[in-house]
Amino acid sequence: MKNHVWRPLFLVVAIVAGILFTRTLLVPSDFGVYERGYMYGWHRKSNEDDWKKIRVKYKTSSGCPECHKDKYDDIKASPHAIISCENCHGPAYDHPNDPQGLHIDRSRELCIRCHAYLPYKNNVRGNIPGIDPQNHYPQAQCIMCHYPHNPVKPNLKYKKTEVKP
Amino acid sequence: MISRRSFCKKAMIAAGGIMIPLAALEVFNPQRLAAEKDGTGKVRWVFLVDIHKCVGCGFCVKACKTENEVPYEANVTRTWVERYVVTKTGKTHIDSPKGARDGFTSQKIDQAHHGLLEVKEEEIAKAFFVPKLCNQCENPACVQVCPVGATYQAADGVVLIDRSWCIGCGYCVMGCPYGVRFFHPVYHVAEKCNFCYHRLAKGMKSACVDACPFGARKIGNIRDPEDPVTKIITTEQVNVLKEEFGTKPQVFYIGLSREVK
Amino acid sequence: MVHGEAWTLKEFFVYPNEYIYWSIQIVMYPFMTGLVAGAFVLSSLYHVFGVKQLKDIARFSLVFSLALLPVAMMPLMLHLQQPQRGIYVMMTPHFTSAIAAFGIVFTTYAMIVLSEIWFVYRQYIVEMVLDLREKRRRKPLDSVRLALYSVLSMGAMDLSPEALHKDERAVGILAGIGIPVACFLHGYAGFIFGSVKANALWMTPLMPVIFICSAVVSGIALCIVTYIIVMELRKLILAWKRKNNPRLPSSEEIKSAEIHTVTITAKYLIMFMVLALTLELLDLIFRNYTAVKSWDILRSVIYEKDFFKIFILQYGLGNIVPFIIFLLPGLTIRRALLGGLLVLMGVFMMRWNVVIGGQAFSASFSGFMEYQLPIWPDNMETFKEGLFGALTVIITPFVLFFCVTRVLPVIGVKDSH
Repeated sequence: MKNHVWRPLFLVVAIVAGILFTRTLLVPSDFGVYERGYMYGWHRKSNEDDWKKIRVKYKTSSGCPECHKDKYDDIKASPHAIISCENCHGPAYDHPNDPQGLHIDRSRELCIRCHAYLPYKNNVRGNIPGIDPQNHYPQAQCIMCHYPHNPVKPNLKYKKTEVKP
Repeated sequence: MISRRSFCKKAMIAAGGIMIPLAALEVFNPQRLAAEKDGTGKVRWVFLVDIHKCVGCGFCVKACKTENEVPYEANVTRTWVERYVVTKTGKTHIDSPKGARDGFTSQKIDQAHHGLLEVKEEEIAKAFFVPKLCNQCENPACVQVCPVGATYQAADGVVLIDRSWCIGCGYCVMGCPYGVRFFHPVYHVAEKCNFCYHRLAKGMKSACVDACPFGARKIGNIRDPEDPVTKIITTEQVNVLKEEFGTKPQVFYIGLSREVK
Repeated sequence: MVHGEAWTLKEFFVYPNEYIYWSIQIVMYPFMTGLVAGAFVLSSLYHVFGVKQLKDIARFSLVFSLALLPVAMMPLMLHLQQPQRGIYVMMTPHFTSAIAAFGIVFTTYAMIVLSEIWFVYRQYIVEMVLDLREKRRRKPLDSVRLALYSVLSMGAMDLSPEALHKDERAVGILAGIGIPVACFLHGYAGFIFGSVKANALWMTPLMPVIFICSAVVSGIALCIVTYIIVMELRKLILAWKRKNNPRLPSSEEIKSAEIHTVTITAKYLIMFMVLALTLELLDLIFRNYTAVKSWDILRSVIYEKDFFKIFILQYGLGNIVPFIIFLLPGLTIRRALLGGLLVLMGVFMMRWNVVIGGQAFSASFSGFMEYQLPIWPDNMETFKEGLFGALTVIITPFVLFFCVTRVLPVIGVKDSH
């Protein structure tokens, strides 16, 4: 007579086989151990390419002078030369094709990132010309008086009288 | 009738039989040994932060969030800037409101649940800003603890996350001593800084590096002796964060102070 | 909203990405696996070490550990951000992670428990099949039962003394293998926490051992509590039935058997409790004495923020009070029930203080996080990781236990095991 004691074991073997079979269906073929070994390199290789394919949004200032040479030269001759165009004009994406125009941030919040005065004498920040955002023309946009591409010059686009203290 | 001895014997054979198909797991692949031996490729990305130069404008955080599609309003971020204000009595106040995505525009220190703390100007002994990002550790604890191989280190040292494979257990979030990992509010999988891997692939620099007006952030290839970042790291005094965890972080800091957490 | 934001309250400086990511479900996970492992170890005390006094409770706790099995996995599934991918743990296991072993250890353990139960119940199953086959007129329900029992018997209908003896041997061997596997299942739950080097509170090699001891404690306590409740219910039913049939055993007879079993079981409970408490205190004393970098923040969490939860609820009400309850002479059923419930609460608080306490402070050591348990769920997330999610997990094993005992009764079965 057959030994019934082994029956649960057959079931176990069947389950293990089932799991291994599912594995062959579910796991991508390029999943394996790569350069950094099993501890750090156990992964799906094609995922590296997935990451490389992400769209670049910030294209840097390198392409800007092609069309905007005047503005570019302005800012490059000013203390704001260190600021990338995209920090204020927004990410370029594929400008001028897509989008045609960029969304320019003219808000006070942008300027006071550096120019809200903080009393940190030991730090570069303490030495940047700074204002108290609560008291320095709180209702006005900074660019109404200050020309952003060269803050040393006044902004001639707006008349002095438009801004009330 | 089955004796204990024969049962044990048969059980061992059965266990062995089960183990053979387990070899299909490909865990002990000969490829692995070869891979671990020549772990010195041509590229190994490292980062260099100069704390002296950072003014806490937060342009890096803003650019990072846009570039890497982390919602601006979400209170998580791949990179952030911390402010340290040390008083003359030796007290250290730290904050990073919303990861400093809008910079530091107030003198008041954000104490989270305890509101804002005013530190008088005359009490301040020193203050500085510390940008933080993923350290792309040589021994990444977060990768070691991933149960499914959804996070891993690429040959160039960058630690990536497979969004289609992450089960969202959060073990890597817990395993990182630097608190750089979080759950992506849209994809609901683990997320963290990857030095803008897509930009590196196109020969560009990380978005935060390009956004920083003061040159406080630099990225470089430590395997290239001519790389300016490599030159600084090898010839100047630099430090790393939380070395005691043995993770071998690859973000180097100039001017790192003992107060930095 | 970002995951974790709904229930995390930050104080002072916390890294921007830090939240309580492991919440109530991760408290439930070691608690439930602890109960599984503990219940199994209790049943094995009888099957392997032949502690005859535990015979009554052994079968009971074995079936209970079966009912708890799926529930050990439930909190994990409720916790995962991508529960549909949970199977990947078995597909591409990364064994350098403590969690990767879960799939394999858990499956192994489940198979051992299921096989052991099959051997224990084989005689009963076969008898049921034979009984039902003989019935001339089968109701629809009987046909379903016949089909069910036939499948469960797996065609092994041999009831000769020799075959039954083999069953008994198999039970002994499986219970023997089961003990280390059960301990491993739970010890490794401790390892999951103990090996996180980024967390100052969790990282200690004692964690797995502490987890095993408290697991056994909670498992035994749960078996005592459930056993008492089942026996009390049975007494009520019997008293009602005796009105018609006075020949049935009186409730006094059941009661004496009941208190006897409970007293013996309580002895093992006390033994493991002393061990667990010793290790926990050892850990605390060591941290106090060595006072490394993290101690400043740990001290303010342990002695200030979580003082009530640790010293009053966990050690006081959860350890010392039940200790006295069980050790005072003349143990009564009511006292044992109270003691068992307090022990369960104490072990639950221990899990809470480890899991939530470990996230009560920032990795920057400069701030705190407080977990505010979501009570009323306003979305799926606050249901899963809130009070109602936890209650679902707590209730499920009892529902399952009820269902399983409809098929495999635990009380009043005559057999040799």
